[in-house]
Amino acid sequence: MDLEVTTNETFDIVTVNAGRIDASVAIQFKDAMRAATENGSCHIILDLGQVNFVDSSGLGAIVAAMKQLGSDRKLDLAALRPDVAKVFHLTRMDTVFDIHPEIPRTDTRSAG
Amino acid sequence: MNDTTHTRFQQRFTMSALACSREVRVLLQRMRKRLAELGVSDAVCASVELVLAEALNNITEHAYAGEAGGSLNICAEISPVALRFTLTDRGQILPGIRLPSGNLPSCDVPLLDLPEGGFGWFLIRGMTTSVTYEREDGENRLVLTLPNALGI
Repeated sequence: MDLEVTTNETFDIVTVNAGRIDASVAIQFKDAMRAATENGSCHIILDLGQVNFVDSSGLGAIVAAMKQLGSDRKLDLAALRPDVAKVFHLTRMDTVFDIHPEIPRTDTRSAG
Repeated sequence: MNDTTHTRFQQRFTMSALACSREVRVLLQRMRKRLAELGVSDAVCASVELVLAEALNNITEHAYAGEAGGSLNICAEISPVALRFTLTDRGQILPGIRLPSGNLPSCDVPLLDLPEGGFGWFLIRGMTTSVTYEREDGENRLVLTLPNALGI
């Protein structure tokens, strides 16, 4: 499961470079999230902008990824596509996560 | 309303796959492509993909219990008002020959108690107009009907 981590002063962004988080990759996703967030920031934003399909196994794996961070660290979601947002809404998991319409802007300043 | 007993299904086709999560993924993508080619809207295709994913994953994980080599068959029937999918497999019988109720697990609980599963039947129930299950001659037959409100 291809996850890419971008770090800034405020939070880590974990970008899912895949179109699906489904039953066939749910376990790999959870393991890759553990590796990607080990020793990282206390605030993690999961960028789902490329993900166009999440089933209940994928949803469970995202919940598991949040739980394995423990209660001292936070996992937010960002850039959900409509079909994925619908799964979170139907299962009321949209009340569990903070969901950002897009990746929050950081304080990085351009050179010069 | 959505009484599909009297619906005339103009389109009918079948697909099959081995019962494993990777094959299910390929089957779902083939199904979505085929439905789109037949003019089924993107929104309806998305609902179909989710419902079939949940049903097929249940068959793979429970009826066949991860056992390799089992097969899944889908017969799809399409009308302007409904889509009907008949899923057949030769895995284990559903316990009690009864469909799970599909209650939504509570998410109003402490972090570590949040549910990581149990959403599948809730999603199937919520997105279908009817679900029936039969067991006959060692075969499970699950019939899922979804609205095709936007027409084909």
